[in-house]
Amino acid sequence: MATAPAPLSLSASTLPARLRAGAVPAGARWRQARRGRMVVRAKIREIFMPALSSTMTEGKIVSWSAGEGDRVSKGDAVVVVESDKADMDVETFHDGIVAAVLVQAGESAPVGAPIALLAESEEEVPLALAKAQELSNGQPQQAPPAPTEDAAAPPPPPPAPAAAPAPVAAGTKGIASPHAKKLAKQHRVDLAKVTGTGPYGRITSADVEAAAGIQPKSKPAPAAAAPPPVAAPSVGAVPQAAVLPPVPGATVVPFTTMQAAVSKNMVESLAVPAFRVGYPIVTDKLDELYEKVKPKGVTMTVLLAKAAAMALAQHPVVNASCRDGKSFTYNSNINIAVAVAIDGGLITPVLQDADKLDIYLLSQNWKDLVKKARAKQLQPNEYSSGTFTLSNLGMFAVDRFDAILPPGQGAIMAVGASKPTVVADKDGFFSVKSKMLVNVTADHRIVYGADLAAFLQTFAKILEDPESLTL
Amino acid sequence: MQSTAAVSVSASATASRGGARSEAARRPGGVRVCGLRGEALACPSLRISQSPARLAVARAAATNGAVAGSGGGFDYDLVIIGAGVGGHGAALHAVEEGLKTAIIEGDVVGGTCVNRGCVPSKALLAVSGRMRELHDEHHMKSMGLQVSSPGYDRQGVADHANNLALKIRSNLTNSMKALGVDILTGVGTIVGKQKVRYGKAGSQDKEITARNIIIATGSVPFVPKGIEIDGKTVFTSDHALKLESVPDWIAIVGSGYIGLEFSDVYTALGSEVTFIEALDQLMPGFDPEIAKLAQRVLINPRKIDYHTGVFASKITPAKDGKPVLIELIDAKTKEHKETLEVDAALIATGRAPFTKGLGLENINVVTQRGFVPVDERMRVMDADGNVVPNLYCIGDANGKLMLAHAASAQGISVVEQISGKDHILNHLSIPAACFTHPEISMVGLTEPQAREKADKEGFEVNVVKTSFKANTKALAENEGDGIAKLIYRPDTGEILGVHILGLHAADLIHEASNAIALGTRVQDIKYAVHAHPTLSEVLDELFKAAKVNSGVSHSVNEPVAA
Repeated sequence: MATAPAPLSLSASTLPARLRAGAVPAGARWRQARRGRMVVRAKIREIFMPALSSTMTEGKIVSWSAGEGDRVSKGDAVVVVESDKADMDVETFHDGIVAAVLVQAGESAPVGAPIALLAESEEEVPLALAKAQELSNGQPQQAPPAPTEDAAAPPPPPPAPAAAPAPVAAGTKGIASPHAKKLAKQHRVDLAKVTGTGPYGRITSADVEAAAGIQPKSKPAPAAAAPPPVAAPSVGAVPQAAVLPPVPGATVVPFTTMQAAVSKNMVESLAVPAFRVGYPIVTDKLDELYEKVKPKGVTMTVLLAKAAAMALAQHPVVNASCRDGKSFTYNSNINIAVAVAIDGGLITPVLQDADKLDIYLLSQNWKDLVKKARAKQLQPNEYSSGTFTLSNLGMFAVDRFDAILPPGQGAIMAVGASKPTVVADKDGFFSVKSKMLVNVTADHRIVYGADLAAFLQTFAKILEDPESLTL
Repeated sequence: MQSTAAVSVSASATASRGGARSEAARRPGGVRVCGLRGEALACPSLRISQSPARLAVARAAATNGAVAGSGGGFDYDLVIIGAGVGGHGAALHAVEEGLKTAIIEGDVVGGTCVNRGCVPSKALLAVSGRMRELHDEHHMKSMGLQVSSPGYDRQGVADHANNLALKIRSNLTNSMKALGVDILTGVGTIVGKQKVRYGKAGSQDKEITARNIIIATGSVPFVPKGIEIDGKTVFTSDHALKLESVPDWIAIVGSGYIGLEFSDVYTALGSEVTFIEALDQLMPGFDPEIAKLAQRVLINPRKIDYHTGVFASKITPAKDGKPVLIELIDAKTKEHKETLEVDAALIATGRAPFTKGLGLENINVVTQRGFVPVDERMRVMDADGNVVPNLYCIGDANGKLMLAHAASAQGISVVEQISGKDHILNHLSIPAACFTHPEISMVGLTEPQAREKADKEGFEVNVVKTSFKANTKALAENEGDGIAKLIYRPDTGEILGVHILGLHAADLIHEASNAIALGTRVQDIKYAVHAHPTLSEVLDELFKAAKVNSGVSHSVNEPVAA
């Protein structure tokens, strides 16, 4: 028991222990060097962080018992300070008005640093406030947070901030969320001047942070309804592998938001050990089916997506993803993202629950999605909820290609054009069949070669006998 | 072994120890002897298990017929209406005492605690505690840990709570079945003396007789007038525990245990919270000093604000594109103060007894604000203030102390009595806990209550405190926030109350509650040894810090009848 804690218990009679906070005329003791810059203002005193124990180097303000504007008299407890050992009420040596609180509750300050300014009378309050301003400007406050990658890199291609949620007409009755109010107090933001962008025109913490000029920290909780990041990311913010020297005479066009997101996603894919498996598929029957359902508005993309979804239902690992390098994340839904080239960019609208919906419903959904994509009105869950991606370049007569795995997915399928090909059957008879090559790229941490091969076999079977697609 | 020497000196202690032995001999397995070595520590337990009224009751029980085993033409020795934690505790003890027992349940076994209360909320709080840790970058960094953006799956969290409730419910059911307690399904109504009818509400078709009946029907969330519950945006703990949504901003009406625990869950999952409290202070039920510290640790640094001294006079659920609207009026002047617009409102204004349909009118019992009136032995009192023979009421339905474990303790106390052993439960020895992060726990009196009692009875009160900041284990966990507070009599060393806020406070309180239950005094318990380094040393220090005036170890405070 050599290290048994020393009894630090404070008996009732001594707790709350009151410590006298020195409040000395400004500049008299603290940072002598500063004195030269200061106008004489003997009637404004600093309340500084007291040393509550011999080992204390800094203290945390637990709470202010007196607020700004409160008149206090000598001996009043003005602040509760937490040291390395206990919480203590700290009282003032002088009468006056608490003009400015320099260190807010919850913040820490070194022993001896001023934590508040005490003005002797009402007249001195403005003076004290000016001094508070000076103190906070003169002191290099914690450097503004350097733009971090979190702050700048948006999630998968956000379509240009589609019509920022317009403040509800009825809104801004000055209603602010609890945290927004706390932040406003802390950063001295006048809530009356902040326009709320939250639900029902409410002022959110993000609004206050914006008003205070603070870079919003990436929200930790799953922010499904989070507004799109306000700050447009600059190209420099995307972590680049290397920056090459500029080419003389060349034109430099910065990435758009969407292009920056694509670039970021592609760079991220390098961290994933991907491999590829190709598979030939005879499409005569599929083409026949396509001719039949085409008048009903069904496209080849939808047929392929549906087939992929049906195959994924039988091979859930291909629909899984590896999020932490240590585990499989099996998705409960099969959502097929389909890559679509749009003006100056690339976006992946998602056919949700493609295994469950029939091809006609899927076609309807697809039409809506494409329309929205062109109008840049896709909602985040309409382009970022994919669990498997389909990319089809068949219309360009590409016969095969390989795709890069998007982050957060386990596999992506690249589909080439279907072309008449001479094939020999097992008996050696030649015939001409339409054949298409598909190539799947997968994350080898979770999807192994045999998994992918089995998946492709199922996929091929579905397409080669496509009646099940119409069920 | 200095400690042993110190406790066993007084002559009267030795004398009463003899009493303890003979008592224990008469009741095999009955007397709960404190596990500590010093036998003297066990003596004070006599105060509870034995009293002058004991013999009289034993005689009364004897005239009623045989103490154990059904007979006398009754279907059961004991029928319990309500299979919550209270009924369950009573049933198990009744079997132990050899009583033929049945329990009637109209809903699900386990009652509020297991299905809509303590149990699922602990699952949610377990999640919130981990979320809090993972999100506290500063905390993690100071321990050298790196975690990247933790998140959660709402349904997964909700499932965890639900699965836990299911598991505990089946454990409870199985434990009763295994012991041979008959579980009767339906709503129970007392139709006459020692007679209960049960079955589907409205068509109760089965009737049984019982020598003794225990009412243990519990409580339901209390919803004040003017509040419209829709179960989606305005709801009670019953709905909240299903965690069907995590609103951006939720108002919690009431800042007691339930409200406080939910604020812990919701803020950990990313919600912002506004408390609405009718009294002038948050957490009105707690010791003021603990409440003040709790506000500092559990409220101020979180995304929580509050309105005190106000009533929510009207709450309208979100509809027609409007948010939840809460009208606040001043608690004293009743003047309109402001209207809040939030995404959801949780009503945590306490619980109301569930005693309708019990048929109490058949036996001339009138409830008081819904509570069944009982005496200190949980015997039901009729409208004329007389004891209704063979009828008891335990738990939330009598409103003495609305806690699951209090109900269970009351049930055990009742079973003791009907087995012919008088027993009065000391409610001041029942601990309570609030499972926030960190936890809050308490037993006995608050400081103002103790001082009031001291003024009235003319004794002195002392208070000592210790801090978690000085505890090695707490510092190792980087969880130094918290204090423990002991309120005691310096003249006798009697423990009047202990309050803890800090890491695992709910588990730490039992050393104090056992001491109060057994009548152990500060000067005795201070010699008990605690493993180092453990959180229990916070209490060890607390007891050691207390100064008792007389050097002589007093024996029990009041003489004990042998």
